[in-house]
Amino acid sequence: MHWFSLEYLALNLGILLILIGLWGIITRKNILRIIISFSLFDTGTHIVIVSIGYIRNRTAPILDTLALQQDTASKIVDPLPQALVLTAIVIGLGVTALLLVYALKLHETKKTLDIHRFNDLKW
Amino acid sequence: MLRNSLYLVILAAFAVITFALVRNWQPAESLSPIAEHYATNGPAEVGAANLVTAVVVTYRGFDTLGEVTILFVTAAIIGFFLSLFHTESPEESSWLAPTSEICSTASKLLIPFMLVLGAYVFINGHLTPGGGFQGGAIIASAFVLMLLANPKSKLNHRIIALVESVSGVAFVFIGLLGIFLAGGFLDNRIINLGTFGMLISAGVIPLLYVFIGLKVGSELTNIIGHLQQTQKNR
Repeated sequence: MHWFSLEYLALNLGILLILIGLWGIITRKNILRIIISFSLFDTGTHIVIVSIGYIRNRTAPILDTLALQQDTASKIVDPLPQALVLTAIVIGLGVTALLLVYALKLHETKKTLDIHRFNDLKW
Repeated sequence: MLRNSLYLVILAAFAVITFALVRNWQPAESLSPIAEHYATNGPAEVGAANLVTAVVVTYRGFDTLGEVTILFVTAAIIGFFLSLFHTESPEESSWLAPTSEICSTASKLLIPFMLVLGAYVFINGHLTPGGGFQGGAIIASAFVLMLLANPKSKLNHRIIALVESVSGVAFVFIGLLGIFLAGGFLDNRIINLGTFGMLISAGVIPLLYVFIGLKVGSELTNIIGHLQQTQKNR
């Protein structure tokens, strides 16, 4: 069953996480839960990107043995998505920190985290 | 009811889009051309045993510079945002629940080891999994433990800002040296590449990762420190 092999499983799990995150972002009312959903969405995209670079029966792109240093291109998985995900994780961390501080400030102004109470821009 | 069905429609539309992407997806059988270039020429061109590090710091070093800049801007905005609206001083009416004995004792034992582990992770970033960002996060977590153990302790923001700006300037300076002494901006072949797989190898990658690690560690610590200063005591 190829649907249960690692690359498909990781890809589908990542997309499931993205969908759960999207569901949380649009349905939850508490701002903190929206931020957690955002993190789930973020993690889902990371899993999808890494799983695209995965190649079956190959190892991590760290050439610490002599056997790996010869004919490297046929023995390692794609290092590029992993490097991109490293960047994405750090940026996701920065965005999450900003969101949390914004939530802190919102709570200070209205003493609530319910998103429906922040309707100043509604008319 | 209308709102719930709208949610369902949005989710279903997104699911259809992603399903269309997944349905015809075939796992790769071989490396993409650019990854193949990294795999075959990377050890000779960059000299880093960890190919991900070679990609992050040298081949796509400009991305990393932007990434560090984003973290810096985030820390700056958070500091500005929190100090802008923060009026009451934390000293007034401050009462914090005492920390448990386990936490305060364990923190004294663990913090030095966490700092050493962070330094190990970013110095060995070109040989083993890890690097500047991971090591910096470990160092920042040591400071989080310190603040958890002693909630009244204050971080010296001047030292943090000094470490952060010095390492940031050093990172850009080494990158600029690459233009004059080697192939281009952030080229790591300024100094000899050394023996492949040794600690002192891969040109300036270990040095760059030390600066990235210090910068990330001080930025994250800065964010934590700002958040700690604004916490309400009651």
